[in-house]
This record gives sequence, C-alpha cells and structure tokens, in this order.
Amino acid sequence: MLLLVQYTLVFASVLMLVALGGCFSEHSGVINLGLEGIMVIGALGGALMMRYAPEGTVGFPLVMLTLIAAIVFAMAYSSLLGVACINFKADQTIVGTALNLMGTAGATVIVKAINTAEDVNNVSSTIQYIDQKKSFIVKIGDFEFSWFMLIAFIGLAIAYIVLYKTKFGLRLMACGEHPQAADSVGINVYKMRWAGVLISGVYGGLGGICYILSGVSEWKFENGVAGFGFLALAVMIFGQWKPTRIALAALLFGMFRALSNVYFGFDFLMSMNIPGSVYNMMPYIISLIILAFTSKKSRAPKAEGIPYDKGQR
Amino acid sequence: MKKNILKNNVVQSLIASLSCIILGLFIGYVVLLFINPEGAWEAIITVIKNFFTYTKHEAQLKNLGNTLVKTAPLLMCALSVLFAYKVGLFNIGAAGQYVAGTCAALYAALAWHWSWLPCMIFAIASGAVLGAIVGVLKSYCNVNEVISGIMLNWISLYTTNMILNNVKEPTSPYTYQMASHGRDAVLPSLGIEKLFNGNKYVSIAIPLSILIAIIIAIVLDKTKFGYELKATGNNKNAAKYCGMAEKRNTILSLIIAGGLAGLGGSLLYQTGFEQWLCTASSVPGMGFNGIAATFLGGLDPIGTIFASYFIQHITTGGAYVDKTMYCSQISDLISAIIIYLCGFVFFLKYAMNKAIAAREEKKALKEKAIAEKASEGGEK
Repeated sequence: MLLLVQYTLVFASVLMLVALGGCFSEHSGVINLGLEGIMVIGALGGALMMRYAPEGTVGFPLVMLTLIAAIVFAMAYSSLLGVACINFKADQTIVGTALNLMGTAGATVIVKAINTAEDVNNVSSTIQYIDQKKSFIVKIGDFEFSWFMLIAFIGLAIAYIVLYKTKFGLRLMACGEHPQAADSVGINVYKMRWAGVLISGVYGGLGGICYILSGVSEWKFENGVAGFGFLALAVMIFGQWKPTRIALAALLFGMFRALSNVYFGFDFLMSMNIPGSVYNMMPYIISLIILAFTSKKSRAPKAEGIPYDKGQR
Repeated sequence: MKKNILKNNVVQSLIASLSCIILGLFIGYVVLLFINPEGAWEAIITVIKNFFTYTKHEAQLKNLGNTLVKTAPLLMCALSVLFAYKVGLFNIGAAGQYVAGTCAALYAALAWHWSWLPCMIFAIASGAVLGAIVGVLKSYCNVNEVISGIMLNWISLYTTNMILNNVKEPTSPYTYQMASHGRDAVLPSLGIEKLFNGNKYVSIAIPLSILIAIIIAIVLDKTKFGYELKATGNNKNAAKYCGMAEKRNTILSLIIAGGLAGLGGSLLYQTGFEQWLCTASSVPGMGFNGIAATFLGGLDPIGTIFASYFIQHITTGGAYVDKTMYCSQISDLISAIIIYLCGFVFFLKYAMNKAIAAREEKKALKEKAIAEKASEGGEK
C-alpha cells in the first residue's frame, strides 16, 4: 500500500509538472503538443549531467546541477516550437508532432553515439545512474521520499501565484483569450507567447527528468517517455486549465499509472488474474473515458492554436 | 502576358518539398559531423544511396524490392493521414490503426488460417473501428483527435502484444513465420517478383497501394463526397450552413483513414517480410513516418507516392550506415527534421507569392510610366 502511495506521488509529480507547462503555453495561446519531445530532451540533459558531473558531486549540488541541465536543454528545445509557431506562424500540430519525433530520435542518436564512442560493441541507448539516483531520494522509514514531490508542489504554488496574482500572468492569459484586445492595450503578444512557450519548456524538462528517475535506475532513450506528454495534456484538459484542479487530476491519473507498477503487491488484484498489459493500458483508457465526458464544456483558452497576426481583425 | 511559372501551386509545392529534403539532409549531416567528423560524409551518402551501395545489379534489384515492400504500408499510412487532414483532422492515430490492422491480419492468418483476402478485409475493418472511435469522440464529445489518437496508439500496442502472444514462437518473442503457419494468407505476387530478381516478399501490395493512392486522388477531386470533405475541412461552419452533415463527414473520413492505415498493416505483415515482436515497447514508426510523407508530398495523393518512397528510401538507407560510429536512427531523425521543416512551407509559399506580386507590381508601374511618357511625347 505504501508502495502504491509512493509511486502515485511520483507519477503525479511528473504529470503535474508537465501539465502545468502545457497550461502556461496554452494560456498564452500556443498549443504545445511537443511536450513529449521536450520531456525527452529535458531528461537527456539531466541524465548527461548526472553522468558527467565531476566525481564526488553528491546530494544537493548534484540535484541542482541535474535540474538546471534539464531545464536548459528543455528550454532551448522548446524555443524550436516558439520560432516556428510564433514568428513563422506554422501549424502548431505539425510542429508539435515533429518535436516529439525529433526528441526521441535525436536523444537516441546522441546517447547511442556516446555509448559506441566508449565501447564499439555497446549499441544500447541506455544511460545508467544507479549511484546518482540516490541523491534524489530521502528514506523516511519504508517510504522513499523523492525531491521531485517537493519540486512539483513548489511548481504548483508558483504556477498558481504567477497566473492569478501577478500582472505578467494575467497579461499572459489575455493573450490566449483575445490577442487583438491584449495588443490594443499595449501588451506585446509575441513576447507573451514566447514567455508561455519557454515556461512550458522549464516545466516539461523538470517533468522529463523526474519521469526517467521515477522507476528504474537506468533509462532506454529509444522508448521516449511512453506517451506521458500526452497523458499530461489529458490531465490539463481534465483540470480545465486551472493549476489547482490540474493537481487533483494528476493525482488521479498518477494512481492508475502507479497501479501498473505495483499491482502484483495486492492479493485481490492478483486473484482476478488480469494480464499485466491491461494495467499498462489503464491510464490511457481512463484518460480517454474522462476526456469523453469532460471535453464537451471545455474552458480552453479561446485563441489557442491560432497564430497571432498583427494585421488581422 | 506570359504567366510566371513560380505562381503555379504544384511548382511551389515541389520547390517547398525539395528545399525541405535538402535542408533536412543537410541538418542530418551536421548532426553526423558532431558525432564523428571522420565518416559523416560517407554515412550521409550511404543513407541517400540505400540499395545502390550494392555493386551487383541483381542485389540492387532485390534490395529495391525490399524498400518497395515497406513503401506500400508507408504509403497507406500517409494516405490515411492525408485523407483525415483534408477534413481538417490530424490523424496521428494512424500509427495505432496500423498496429490494429497488423494484429487482425496476423491473428486471422496464424490462428484461424484464413486466406489472404479475408485477412486483409479484417485488417481494414479493425483499423476502421479505431478510426471510428476517434471520429465519434471528436464530433460528439469534442475530444481533441490528436490526444485520443495517441491514447489509442498505446492501447492498441498493448492489446496487440497481448493477442499476438497466443501465436508466437515458443522459443522467441516473435510471431510464427507466415510461410509455415499462414501460407494461405501470403499475398499473391502474380509474377511481379520476377522484376525484382525473384524477391519473394514482393507482391500485389505494391501496385495495389499505388492504385489506392490514385483512387483517393479521384475521390477527393472529382466526387461530391470529396468536395464535401474538403469544404468541411476549410470551414466547418460554412459547410454546416450549406447543409453538409459535418459530423457524419468527420466520422466517415476517420473511418476511411483508419481503414487505410489498417490495410497498411496487412500489406506489410501478409508478405511475411517481418514478424511482430510481442514484447514491443513502443509504437512502430510507420504511422509517424506517414505524417512526414504526407506533408512532404505537398498534401497531394500522387505527390505522397513519391514522398513515401523517399522517406522509406532513407529509412532503409539508415540501416546501412557504419554501426561502429552511428546508429540507424539517424534516418528517423532526418525524417523528423523534414516534418519540422514542413511546418514552414506555408510561410515559404506566402513569401514566394508576395515576392512575385511585388515584382509584378513594379513591372506594371514601370510599363505604365513608359506608356505615359510615350503618350506625352505624342502630344508634343
């Protein structure tokens, strides 16, 4: 049971962080379908930092370095979305999809290149970080507290305050609702949208590194992040683009994802004799059903997905 | 007055696609340079050359056949994405529909020993069912088709692993060989294989896929149904006010798109070219490469035929690169870069049209000025 709580919290942290990232981007008016790719690149940055951090870096400095690397990588990557969708008015769906494919393929190419350069026979796309992972976890009894739970909570608080209590956040949201009106009162829509996209990069990168550190002690980059970026988007829609509701939605989705990791720990679940694949499918099925019921009266920002053109009425 | 050739839409699409390809390959080359500058040029040439790396003519033909065998399913996935895109929908679920088609075709062939045509129809039907789910969710529940498509991709991957686990070889994680357990389901070849030096995987799949591309082109351009679909894609509300059933059209187009992708699964796995890996942990890239082919083909069914071949050509070519330095995923990276660049095509066309218009205006002004001068001279 404790294990279920622990995994639920870890996966909920991932989903919450990424969904908040999507929330910032969509409130500024850009649909960020590339979150999956941004997560992968963030994870790559963090994993490389863990591997190449100077010998003997442990504990807090290592955690900080890893997080910063993940954020920098993911932000740089999300700017590809910004350039295409804000400055060149490209189709946000195409570019987002391209970012996802490019993220997984690019990360695989880079990691494989590093592995083969060290040992010609090593063609795996895995980075190992057994020792480094220990820095991220504090044991409280049997419960493994991960720093990411705290980070997710701080991220949530920051998102709430920034979006609702600051001038910047309110302006950002105006750009997603009615950019022309925002422009007419002197808000630079392009800048605001850039801010939204870059912030979503920060959150996406944190979510990515959190995801690959959540389960096992090594990660195969060929697998990307297994649709987590899209699960996060489902969480965001279920959370109606509001940070606090997103947090609750993330807990729900996180629990279903956690079940597939720990279902064999429950006697009554085991006695039902359901194949493991069904548990793997669970989060996706649940999100489809939930989306079917909640998308009808969606509170999506009105102008999301439409490139802003100054000359347009 | 002579018409400017650059104004032609087809020519513009061609220029845009070619520049995407060249830029994509160039960026891929730069990435290779970063990894290992020594073999980069050779590697990128290998990717472009694909089967030409073989010196013998027979081997070249045989490997051209292999590339074509995989082009057929890719073309189906690309057509699936294209068909939905005409109605304004982004069918990223093509990957899952392809998997569902594979599952249906393989299970019917290996467990029930059906013959090839029923297997194929079963595959089309299961792809269409997935497409229908996306369509119904989209038109009645307002669920974003990209998100539901991705969810269904993962659901169908896990379901397929679970179902095909019943027909897998006892000693390996792969499904049974088509040649031994599903001989009736192997697609007939009608002698086409002789063109490719007796490549036994070459079958009617290749001409069939091209035929379907042509049919799609005719349906979209010459029929009332195609016109309604395109009208719905251009402006949903306008189409609705003109009395077109936009909900029905949305669902119908996704059913057809799903069927096409499902057929793709059947066209590859019923040749026996590949066996399904029952422990697959990621959705096959075929459906995603289809997206690249669609946009590279300028959203035109005939253009898509060539684009599909190109994408498959470099994907297969990636398998030949020197494995001690690079990995085959470099071609996935190049096709992803090409999709990204395709996002800029709209802007490129816009810039081209603007430049032409500006030049013509200048020319017209000049002519006017000359004419005025001439008339002034006459008055004197």
